[in-house]
Amino acid sequence: MMNRTKPIQGELLELKNIIESHALDYGLDFYPVVFEECDYDTVNILAAQGGFPSRYPHWKFGLDYDQLSKGYAYGVQKIYEMVINTDPCYAYLLKANNLVDQKTVMAHVYGHADFFKNNYWFSGTNRKMMDVMANNGTKIRRYMNRFGQDKVETFIDKVLSLENLLEHNLLFEKRQKVKKVEEEEFDEYDGQSEALKSFFRSKRRYEDEKKELVEAPSKDEFTEIETLRDSSLPSRDILGFLMEKAPLEDWESDIIGMLREEAYYFLPQRMTKIMNEGWASYWHSTIMTNNALNASEVIDFADHHAGVMAMSRQQINPYKIGIELFRDIEYRWDTGKFGKEYNECQDMHKKANWNTSANLGRKKIFEIRKTHNDITFIDEFLTEEFCMRQNIFTYKFNPRTNRHEVDSREFNEIKAKLLNQLTNSGNPVIEVTDSNFSNRGELLLKHIHYGVDLDYGQACETLKNISSIWKRPCVIDSIVEGAPSRILYDGKEVRTQKL
Amino acid sequence: MDHPIKRDHTRFRKIVKGKIRDSLKKYVSNGEMPIQKGSGTYKVPMPRIETPRFKFGSKQQGGMGQGDGEKGDPVEQEGQPEQGNEEAGNGEGNKELDVELSLDELASILGEELELPNIEPKGKKSLQSTTDRYNSIGQVGPDSLKHFKRSYKEALKRQVSTGTYDKDNPIIVPVRGDFRYRSANTTVEFENSAVVIYMMDVSGSMGDEQKEIVRTESFWINLWLKSQYKDIEIRYIIHDATAKEVDEETFFKTRESGGTLISSAYKLCREIIQEDYNPSEWNIYPFHFSDGDNWSTDDTKLCLDILKNDIIPSSNVFCYGQVESRYGSGQFYKDLNTGFGQENEEVILSKIKNKEAILDSIKDFLGKGK
Repeated sequence: MMNRTKPIQGELLELKNIIESHALDYGLDFYPVVFEECDYDTVNILAAQGGFPSRYPHWKFGLDYDQLSKGYAYGVQKIYEMVINTDPCYAYLLKANNLVDQKTVMAHVYGHADFFKNNYWFSGTNRKMMDVMANNGTKIRRYMNRFGQDKVETFIDKVLSLENLLEHNLLFEKRQKVKKVEEEEFDEYDGQSEALKSFFRSKRRYEDEKKELVEAPSKDEFTEIETLRDSSLPSRDILGFLMEKAPLEDWESDIIGMLREEAYYFLPQRMTKIMNEGWASYWHSTIMTNNALNASEVIDFADHHAGVMAMSRQQINPYKIGIELFRDIEYRWDTGKFGKEYNECQDMHKKANWNTSANLGRKKIFEIRKTHNDITFIDEFLTEEFCMRQNIFTYKFNPRTNRHEVDSREFNEIKAKLLNQLTNSGNPVIEVTDSNFSNRGELLLKHIHYGVDLDYGQACETLKNISSIWKRPCVIDSIVEGAPSRILYDGKEVRTQKL
Repeated sequence: MDHPIKRDHTRFRKIVKGKIRDSLKKYVSNGEMPIQKGSGTYKVPMPRIETPRFKFGSKQQGGMGQGDGEKGDPVEQEGQPEQGNEEAGNGEGNKELDVELSLDELASILGEELELPNIEPKGKKSLQSTTDRYNSIGQVGPDSLKHFKRSYKEALKRQVSTGTYDKDNPIIVPVRGDFRYRSANTTVEFENSAVVIYMMDVSGSMGDEQKEIVRTESFWINLWLKSQYKDIEIRYIIHDATAKEVDEETFFKTRESGGTLISSAYKLCREIIQEDYNPSEWNIYPFHFSDGDNWSTDDTKLCLDILKNDIIPSSNVFCYGQVESRYGSGQFYKDLNTGFGQENEEVILSKIKNKEAILDSIKDFLGKGK
């Protein structure tokens, strides 16, 4: 980072040691946390680059940097903390913050660090991602020198347009594959980047799978496109599919491999936003109010904590919902408000005063942070009482008044809506279903429709991008305004047919 | 050394400028104008540049929030802007991107799009100033300005050509003559002053739409001239049967109902030039916008005389823009055309049919580099 960040020292370092020992006392378990201090410009740079000091060259980082810098300059937003899921775990403190903020951020960071290390969905992430990102940057820079910046950047634009189309289950599958490679083939691939490794890995996997087919298709390039039914289909790992099956130059599939790896690295964070922020907030609040806060700092802490927890009518604040749910669970398991007997109790008064002094709360939330993601977290622990207490409502767009209006406070509707929003990390579920559609080598995608249409304009543009990678026409089946429809891009224009 | 993200940022700015250039025509003909900010930059609103994705449409999706309210109450509270689609936990809205550009950047976009030549100021240069720019390479210089790559290259070339280069042991030893240094070029810049005198017919036949056109056109003309001259003054004259000098706001707002004597404006323009702007020190740009109606042929003749004898000799170029209106006859354009001819270097005539024609007309006026 070229001396833009420096390790904390003096008073901050002492504070760090104090907060860390509190965190350990509470049973938090984390990789070593390295705090570095930097100015706001550097924080903006890091934030624009997803927390990493070194990324590949792309204008989107410039865009985010531009917006963050303006946000800071106009005083509308300010980044307090940044922490990266690596081992050691890197966290950045903004130099200009006052001490009580720094303490709060540190306590918050230990919450995240614990979550990164222990939550099951993170178990497969590469903890040396700092190096991988830097290497990807170097490689892509090299490709740019060789093939021209515009050419490479245009290709990256197209790949980024598909980076949200991921197969969540691959988080675990990949982990197993990684292990296998590390044990058996470590030496063979040692010199290659992670992306290339994963590329080879999945090549190998496909080849393994192909062997299981009665007849493996010939390796001839032409028949490759006209392959029989592909055993890997349907697939939601769109980037993985293109990387292996699209007619690409080596550098192109390498770039897809790198960006795909980065996308999967960030995926667990998108799947656990509520839990992760809730957990970190729970711990900064617990450590600060019980241990680390001086009397003179109470007002500042309360002010900033309240700012982070602010509720909004437009969207759910993951910090707020997360911390409140963890507290609610802790309370319920402390008082024994769970299990068959409690659930089947009909006496509302008895239920409200239920207390078996079970004191299992802490234990329970530690368990949950290990095994759950946002969907299962909400599905299992969101209760009607909680929604009422939190004043949660759903809203929908009313075309007649041309505005969003409060729709319902019904528990089932709230829960359904929330789960719906969290499904697939808020992205539509898209599958490749046929790589030889119409027997012309065209690519058929399917949008698994759960009640919400795709943004039509964007869908058309995305279709063009995927088609330019596949180099044949591409088609997506979806539902447009209630009617099953097929959107086609033939290389010249986009058409929509009713099915 | 700067962080690499600055290069990403430059790249992003380049893309943005490209987008602005692409949509300049639409932008200008919509009558939109960048908002000038205090710091000498211009704010250009444009749609957010985003990577297209398969994602949910916003209207159907709805969402959820926390707070009071009955079914049917609006989610957005009074005075709050609508935020549209928000994913759970994703604070990124579909906001517009406000791009800030400096005057030079904006002018260069205009210049590139219209292929405008730089203005060749009149031969009168009031003030000279010199600047040193380190943009060339010399063979002598202090060590601190040594150009390592160039020096290396020279040494490599020398060793290859003299055959002392050994590819198995590629050590390059530079000798004195190989060293290259960054060196300065001294450029002389002239601090030119310019004055733009806008004259506009505000008689009854010039409607709001015509004025809007003049307003938009003058904004871009000013922008270009400002980028070309260090120091610029702008004066405004309105006229019907009589002429008077006004401030900018009055210039665009006034609507009179009288007849039209164009000569009154030209007389006032002549007066202003004679009083305040010595043609040997100033670059003078009189612009006249009207719908082409004049009261009488006698007055038109008088106009031509004033132009020929007084205004044109002291100006860089005289520009006449004729905004088409339902009531205007457009006769004055023809008269000027017969008086000076289409090919006249010192008079530029342009017809502005509607808003779409603004850019072409700007090109007419500024395309000659006068």
